[in-house]
Amino acid sequence: MSNATQGLELIGLTKVLGGRVIIDNLNLTVEKGEMVSLLGPSGCGKTTTLRMIAGFLIPEKGTVNLAGKDVTKLGPEKRPSAMVFQNYALWPHMSVFKNVAYPLKIRKMGKAEIEKRVHDVLTVVNLMHHKDSRPGQISGGEQQRVALARALVQEPDILLLDEPLSNLDAKLRVKVREDIRDLQRRLGITTVIVTHDQDEALSISDRIAVMNDGRIEQFSTPQELYDQPATEYVANFIGSLNRIEGGYSDGQVVPGSEVVGIRPEDVSFSKTQVSGSYPATVELVVPRGHFHEVYLKRADASLRAFISIDVPKVGDTGFSKVSKALVYKDGKLVRTA
Amino acid sequence: MAKRDNGLNLQSGSLITRFFIGAFVAFMAVFILGPLVWLALQAFSTTWTFPNLKPDGWTLIWWRRVFETPSMVEAIRNSFITAPIVVLVSAVICLPAAYAAARYNYIGRRVFLIGMFAANSFPKLGLFASIATLFYTLNLMGTMLGVIIIQLLGTIIYMTWIPAAAFAAVPKNLEEAARDAGASKFRVFRGITLRMAAPGILVAMVMSFISAFDEAQGTYLVGSPEIFTMPTEMYSLVLTYPVQIAAVFSILLAVPSVILIGLARKQIIGGQLAEGFQIK
Repeated sequence: MSNATQGLELIGLTKVLGGRVIIDNLNLTVEKGEMVSLLGPSGCGKTTTLRMIAGFLIPEKGTVNLAGKDVTKLGPEKRPSAMVFQNYALWPHMSVFKNVAYPLKIRKMGKAEIEKRVHDVLTVVNLMHHKDSRPGQISGGEQQRVALARALVQEPDILLLDEPLSNLDAKLRVKVREDIRDLQRRLGITTVIVTHDQDEALSISDRIAVMNDGRIEQFSTPQELYDQPATEYVANFIGSLNRIEGGYSDGQVVPGSEVVGIRPEDVSFSKTQVSGSYPATVELVVPRGHFHEVYLKRADASLRAFISIDVPKVGDTGFSKVSKALVYKDGKLVRTA
Repeated sequence: MAKRDNGLNLQSGSLITRFFIGAFVAFMAVFILGPLVWLALQAFSTTWTFPNLKPDGWTLIWWRRVFETPSMVEAIRNSFITAPIVVLVSAVICLPAAYAAARYNYIGRRVFLIGMFAANSFPKLGLFASIATLFYTLNLMGTMLGVIIIQLLGTIIYMTWIPAAAFAAVPKNLEEAARDAGASKFRVFRGITLRMAAPGILVAMVMSFISAFDEAQGTYLVGSPEIFTMPTEMYSLVLTYPVQIAAVFSILLAVPSVILIGLARKQIIGGQLAEGFQIK
C-alpha cells in the first residue's frame, strides 16, 4: 500500500442488484478529515455506494479501503464506520441514553467509561436534558441528533450520513446541516454524506462526487463544480442553466453542432449598449424572492437571466450580455468562453 | 346539557335513538354476560330451581367436592402440565419458522403460511381421526406425549402467524443500525429483533396457551381413557355430576385465560410497536 490514504478509498467498485448494474467500476478517494458528498438523483447509486462503504452490501468487484485497511469482505459490525440512517433508526424501546450507549456496551466497555462518553457526546449534540426520554417522545430534529450522537460515540474512522436532513423541515434543515458541518470540522472526522439536494451538498462539503447512473460524473470542490462542470449532466444538475444547441462566439450563440450552457446569473440586461451586448426584449418576469427570473428574447437565442437590481418590465427593450458560457461536445466540456 | 359526552356521542341523538341504543346494549349484555353470571351464581348455590330469580341458598360444598374428587384434581393437574409444555415446544418449533417467513423470501413461503391457515379450516375431528390411526401404530394413544402433540397442532397457527407479523413489523434499518454499532447477527436478533417483536410473541403465547388449555376434541380422542384434562373431564362431569360441579369446573377452566388476557391486555390493545420510530 504505497499511497493508501488514511481516509476512504474505493477502487473499481461494481455492484449488481437484481441483474442490473447499479454501480459500475466506481473509484473514489476521500482524504482523512474531509467531508465528501455523494450527490445525484434517486436511483443513481449513491445510497448503494454508501451501503457498500458501511458493509451492508458486498461489491461484486472492487475494493473498499478504510483507514488504510481492506474491509471489502467485512460485515458492518467489523468496520470502523458509523452510519446515520435516513430515518434515524433509533431503537424505540431504549431511552436516548441507552441508544447512544448501545455501541459501547457491545464493545464491553466499563460502566463508568460508558457513562462518561455518552454524557460527553450528548453534551456535544446538546441533548443531555433528553437522556431519559424515549425516541418517540422527542422531535424529529432531536431524533436526528441522537442518531448522530450514536454514531459519534463510536469514534469511527469514517462517519456515513444517508440523507440525514431529508426528514426535517426547511428551516431546521439549514440549521442542522450547519451543526453537522461544524461538528465534523471540530472533530476532524472523515465523512461521506449522501444527498439529492444540491444546496445541501454545495454548502456542506469539501468535495462533491456528482453521480449519474452508477458512475461518478465529476469529483471536485463545490466552486469548481459550479464554475467548470465537466459534463453537460453536471452543469444541468448543479445550479440553473440555459441550454442551447449550437456554437458560441463573440458573446452570442451561433449555428453549430455543440451544446452551449449559460448560467442565468451570467446573463445581464441593460438599457444601454456595451461591448459584447446584443439587443434583447423582456418577455416574462418571475419574482423569485431575492432575485427575479427574467426571460429575454434575443436574435440568437432565448435566455433566462437572474437579475436582482434594476429589474426590467415585460416588453422593455434593451441589450443583454453573456459574460460566460460553457461549451459541450458529446456531453463533455470542451471550453469556457 | 348537564350530561358529559360518554364517547358514543349520544347527546346529539333524540331520546328515541338513545332508548334503542340503550335497549340494544342491555340486550347484548344479557346474552353475553347472562350465562356467565348464571354460572358464577350456580357454583355457589345449594339449589336453584325454576322459577326462582335467585339461588335457594349459598354454599362452598361444590368447590370442596371438586378438589376432593381425585379424577378432577388429576384433570386439573394434567391441564397445567400439558398446556405450558405445548406453548414452549410450539415456540421452539414455530418462532424460527415465523422469523424465516418474515425476513426471507424463500420459495414456497406463501404456500407455507397459507397452508398453516388452511389446515385449520377443515373440521378438526376428521383430521384427528386420521391422526389417531397414526398414533395407534406409534403407541401414542393414551399417552401424555400424544396429548401434547395433538394440542400442539392447534397452537401452530398462532405461533407462526402472529410472531411472523411481529418480526416483519421490526424495521430492517433498526437491525442494520445495531449491526453498524458493532453487534453480531445473533446479538442483533436477541437485543433488537426479538425484543421488539416480544409483545407479538407474548400475545401468540397467550393465544396458544388458551388454545391448548381449551382443546377438547383431540385430547379426548387421543387421551381417553388414560389421560383427562379439564375440558375432557367436563364431558363426563356434565353427564354424571350435579350442574353446580360443572359450574365450578367452568370457572376454574376460565381462570387462566382471564388472567393471561388481563396480563397481555396492554400488548393486545396498545400499539407499543408503533411508538417511537418511523416506519417508511
